[in-house]
Amino acid sequence: MKKTWSIAFVIILTLSLALTGCSSSKKNGASGGNDDGGGGTLIYARGGDSVKLDPATVTDGESFIATAQVTETLVDYDKESTKVVPGLAKSWEMSKDGKTYTFHLEKGVKFHDGTPFNADAVVYNFNRWFKSKDAKTFAYFKSQFSGFEGEKEAVIKEVKAIDDNTVQFTLNRPQAPFLKNLAMSPFAISSPAAIKKYGDKYIEHPVGTGPFVFKEWKRNDTITLEKNKDYWKKGLPKLDKVIIKVIKDNSARLNALVKGEVDLIDGVNPSEVDKVKSNSKLQLFERPPMNIGYLGFNVEKKPFNNKKVRQALSYAINKKEIVKNFYEGTAEPAKNPMPPTIAGYNDSIQDYDLDLDKAKKLLKEAGYPNGFKMDLWAMPVPRPYMPNGQKVAEAIQSDFAKIGVKAKIVTMEWATYLDKLQDGQAPMFMLGWTGDNGDADNFLYALLDKDSIGSNNYSRYKNEEVHKLLLQAQTETDEAKRNDIYKKVQEIIHDDAPWVPLAHSKPQLAGKSTIKGFFPHPTGTQSFADVTIE
Amino acid sequence: MLTYTIRRLVTLIPVLFGMILIVFSLIHAIPGNPAKVILGQQATKEAVAALSKDLGLDKPIHIQFIDYIKQLLHGDLGESIRTKAPISEEIWPYLAATIELSIVAMIIAIVIGVNAGIISAWFQNSWFDYIAMLLALIGVSMPIFWLGLMEQYTFAIHWDLLPTTGRDNIRDPVEAITHLYLLDTLLQGRFDQFIEVIKHLILPGFALGTIPMAIIARITRSSMLEVMRSDYIRTARAKGLGSFWVVYKHSLKNALIPVITVIGLQTGLLLGGAILTETIFGWPGIGSYIYEAIQNRDYPVIQSGILVIASIFVLINLVVDLLYAAIDPRIKYR
Repeated sequence: MKKTWSIAFVIILTLSLALTGCSSSKKNGASGGNDDGGGGTLIYARGGDSVKLDPATVTDGESFIATAQVTETLVDYDKESTKVVPGLAKSWEMSKDGKTYTFHLEKGVKFHDGTPFNADAVVYNFNRWFKSKDAKTFAYFKSQFSGFEGEKEAVIKEVKAIDDNTVQFTLNRPQAPFLKNLAMSPFAISSPAAIKKYGDKYIEHPVGTGPFVFKEWKRNDTITLEKNKDYWKKGLPKLDKVIIKVIKDNSARLNALVKGEVDLIDGVNPSEVDKVKSNSKLQLFERPPMNIGYLGFNVEKKPFNNKKVRQALSYAINKKEIVKNFYEGTAEPAKNPMPPTIAGYNDSIQDYDLDLDKAKKLLKEAGYPNGFKMDLWAMPVPRPYMPNGQKVAEAIQSDFAKIGVKAKIVTMEWATYLDKLQDGQAPMFMLGWTGDNGDADNFLYALLDKDSIGSNNYSRYKNEEVHKLLLQAQTETDEAKRNDIYKKVQEIIHDDAPWVPLAHSKPQLAGKSTIKGFFPHPTGTQSFADVTIE
Repeated sequence: MLTYTIRRLVTLIPVLFGMILIVFSLIHAIPGNPAKVILGQQATKEAVAALSKDLGLDKPIHIQFIDYIKQLLHGDLGESIRTKAPISEEIWPYLAATIELSIVAMIIAIVIGVNAGIISAWFQNSWFDYIAMLLALIGVSMPIFWLGLMEQYTFAIHWDLLPTTGRDNIRDPVEAITHLYLLDTLLQGRFDQFIEVIKHLILPGFALGTIPMAIIARITRSSMLEVMRSDYIRTARAKGLGSFWVVYKHSLKNALIPVITVIGLQTGLLLGGAILTETIFGWPGIGSYIYEAIQNRDYPVIQSGILVIASIFVLINLVVDLLYAAIDPRIKYR
């Protein structure tokens, strides 16, 4: 009996191997492309999976990387900056008082399910968020437009269709970054029919007007998108297929690219940039910085309630060395709480240069001639704005030791870390921020206004003049005047020094040298419509 | 035998209950609000409060625990906080990926480990013995992530023999039926894909199998040495039996009991402990599923994920105990 089974097994094995020989000639290899540079498959590998594919219900960048291919926004960001350009709306007008926006939509656009894109669809989407009053599901709507229908602080009052191709937004008060907010991926327009059809499961079946049609999602593995043959922008997209793949480890992801298993990756370790540069089959892409990594002081806690102490520590940190050693040159030293890519950046500010004598003098004046002991909280995980929090903390620790300030490095798991910071438990901490909509408000108000204490103002910095100016800027629709206000705010913040801004990092991506038409966008999300690969 | 099995299965209930209690208390003891993690740094206070309420996190902890147990008794593993999908549906693809990888890793570990142990014992103090045991020592102490990256570099990039990442060719993906890709490809008659899946299994299989392999080799060797010094082996040799038969038939059978214990324990450990291998090789397995859940404070996934792994672990141990009786007729369960 036993023998029969073994013989049967051997026969099956031999057969299957023989059959393999016959069928393995099937083409399963490289990304093909045709003569005009179009076609083919692009495999984009990244470090984490999307959470949901309904852009309105998520806040994480990994989700938007996928949804931005499928669904589109009324207005869009320019290819390489956060300047607003037409999207599904080909033009728009703002009323004099800044409270009414009228959008003229592209005609003849269809969702992937064949239903028409029109003013009603836009109104349906906005009402879905606006009337839900559901801050937990539509978190970005709440944070960018301050509230839902009927709420006192809400920016939007009403969204209505004027005719089939015209939509009008009425606001309760002018909001300067209104268009920039609309360009964000979470406010992309989905097919109303699909939302109704899938209900709770819409998060797994996105249907939009975008260049690629959603095909399949294997969680924690791949998202497959196929060319939208009826895309409204003629001649686009150029690729036949996009596969978005998860490979968690940065080095392993680069290995997969070198081997040719994937075509384009994000999250290249700064230490491995040279490996890409020296490989003629690869090219490096640098994302323009839209982030800030910083050292924050809790200004409510002694001794950081004293401005001179904060300034003294600002003079003691050797930023250039930190950028050189721990960002390996993939960042620029920061002097303001927002990156220079954003309108309103104050370049005339003179940074606190490394000056130990000045630092010691200021400490003496503040009443700490011999320095002090303090906990320094360091982030446990690499973030785009801080690839190695622990090492940077050690560098800061040794810088501080030179002026007699003994810092003890404290760290804990990431979720716990954020939680405790929000409670104001850390006296001195490292953190950062990646911008959402490329507007100064999204840095200065979100991170340093007194309204943001308890959420993202971890320094608990409170300055009435800053507050007044920031509120004024929020409703100022004259771009030049608004930028002047932000410049002024940066001056005050620079003098108050609630933070030591450390660096604006430039996230590194790598791809095959045959990739063309790919521009990493500062927001972290970009369309693959123009991309080609041979 | 049957009554023993049933008795063992019944005693599983308090074991699993205790485990659920410990896991539940531990994850609720760590600070970090899942609502905050889900909604991100941008979230407003109202949103966090609303989501906490929605998730039942505002209830007292013992009520949350009772709710969870009630749910389990209804055969419901709960729903992921983050993805909103039922865990019982969501978990299988991950579990299948890990099971497939673990089986391959264990086959590699057992075939090489047991044989290396036997030969080392057979030719005790020979150069083979020394080298094999030195390698075993290195194997036990090898950091898996380093080994994995080195394997990738050597076999995938330098020699271009094997793929670096994933379970299948991304450009020609396997259509999942059971999510055990070896089985799925055979069911679909896609032998080209079957070979592709095997190729994808080799490197992570070796990386994952290295530590169990080393442990198995060492245990087999010491167990074999003990048996080979016993009287009946001397008698067997005296009868004029060939060395091969003495070693592989007479000695091995008696030396196997501790080896099987180790194999059982190691298999259980692989299921939950494959996270490093999974990370390096882009393997969508249960280790990374739970790890991600911990990072996101996805309580139901952590609880139910660990519960599933623990249940498999204790079941494997039960099977091992039953195997003893099959191998050694002197062992009887009543």
